[in-house]
Amino acid sequence: MSEGTPTKKAPYVVPIGPIHPALKEPVQFLFDMEGEVVKKADFAPGQAHRGIEWMGMRRNPIQIIHMTDRICGICGVTHSFAFARAIEQIVDIEVPAHAEYIRVIIAEFERIQSHLLWAGVAAHELGFDTLFYLAWRVREEAMDVIEYITGNRVNYGLIQVGGVRRDITPEQHPTIQKCLDGYRDLLGKMLNLFLKDTTIAIRCKDCGLLSFEEARNLCTVGPTARASGVPKDVRVDYPYSAYGDLDISPILPTAYGGDINGDVYDRIVVRLLEVAQSVEIIETCLKEMPEGPILWEPKLPKLLSACKKAQGEAVGRHEAPRGECLHYVAMDGHEAPAMWKVKASSYSNLHSWIPMLEGEQLADVPIIVASIDPCLSCTDRVAVIRGAKRDLMTKEDLHQLSVEKTRRIQGC
Amino acid sequence: MALPMIREIFAQVFKRPATNPFPARFLPPSVTEFLKKVGAGEATINPPVATPPNFRGKIVYDRDGCIGCNLCIRVCPAHAIEFIPETKRIRIYVAQCIFCSQCNDICPKGVLTMSPEFLLATEDRFAESQIVE
Repeated sequence: MSEGTPTKKAPYVVPIGPIHPALKEPVQFLFDMEGEVVKKADFAPGQAHRGIEWMGMRRNPIQIIHMTDRICGICGVTHSFAFARAIEQIVDIEVPAHAEYIRVIIAEFERIQSHLLWAGVAAHELGFDTLFYLAWRVREEAMDVIEYITGNRVNYGLIQVGGVRRDITPEQHPTIQKCLDGYRDLLGKMLNLFLKDTTIAIRCKDCGLLSFEEARNLCTVGPTARASGVPKDVRVDYPYSAYGDLDISPILPTAYGGDINGDVYDRIVVRLLEVAQSVEIIETCLKEMPEGPILWEPKLPKLLSACKKAQGEAVGRHEAPRGECLHYVAMDGHEAPAMWKVKASSYSNLHSWIPMLEGEQLADVPIIVASIDPCLSCTDRVAVIRGAKRDLMTKEDLHQLSVEKTRRIQGC
Repeated sequence: MALPMIREIFAQVFKRPATNPFPARFLPPSVTEFLKKVGAGEATINPPVATPPNFRGKIVYDRDGCIGCNLCIRVCPAHAIEFIPETKRIRIYVAQCIFCSQCNDICPKGVLTMSPEFLLATEDRFAESQIVE
């Protein structure tokens, strides 16, 4: 961004990150500042790359499904859901309807806990820690139910290729129902605490604006796109799993009665109302869940050999709490996939930071950065590190490297 | 100025904290010293929140029922299971285990189960408590 020697005159460059208390995950920002105003913003992700796809390409689908649980710390089911859907398309597996409903129930519980977690983080970024503690306390109820259904709190391990590993029995319904009733009572209170508060309104209204055109041109997904008025939701646009049986529509900020501004306030509105939508979805699923098996093939060695025989490629998609999550898998008759690529939802949303941040004050940066709910450990997929220097490789660079290698080989 | 949070704050004053104080009810000057005392039987631990049914904790292995079929090794995502050819039995490194319980599902004899034990942290990854065989 700032080329050559640093200048003594404005604009000053303020670097934030890669590790900074204002950021929950590592990413580097560079701001050209004039006074308090951000004139130009740039960011460098790729600080949390772990090579999980490389590991996956050396393992069979049953092993990978448990690794996908660990791509993200919050979305415990999103990645395994998308990956399982990709494999199921390649192997031509029909998932039992009962299992599809259980998948949807757990995915929606995940949306509830993720949005409440985000609401808490947003309150914390505004310096409103009381609300942060409240949001995280009520989030625990969703976590407890997830733990009750799946056995563990964060790494659910629920999804299996061709179904789910644990059933939701009728004895479990009262506990789940009690949690849902709790959230229904709570929603009015949360809307009141977040949206009627003067401080939050002053800090969030007309802050971090993203227009409809920008949101569409930058291909933003999930609540970030919906808060700017783009009615985009994989669950509605390309119904999969049990979502086809449900009557849902994308939630836009107009649902709360206001106009669409595409500011941070609208993103709060969308996320809180989506919690209510998820509660409705879970309730419908519990009522309408058909009976049947939970797995396409309960004998895992048979499932493994079916996966080994399969050839082809497929894309699995799922509407994660942050937007569309996409897994591309190619199988070529071996145990491990030939190719596996993860595109997390935050990858599409990161670029919307630049139009949001430019023209805002430095003090608004943390809440705007948090407003798209970035999840960087999901996003970071490729990093090139050579010595202490990290760089992007262009075509010319690669060509140069290739020429150098040829010369080196010729030399010896 | 609208401050809807005020009522909530006053209500909270009369409520108990949601957090379970663990391992001690009040923060000891040194947690390590406190845990040593617990080990020596001089102090008692404040119990953790109960684990849910079907919780996946430290793995339990019934050596006698095992037939050495190696299926668990094929599905372990973390490569935490090792086959010992001499005895035709397996060894599980708990420090590497990711607690997915996939080996439990595939075991034809059902000799692998997950216990509710979860306080497993040690400084030595090859300590006796970290290896199941």
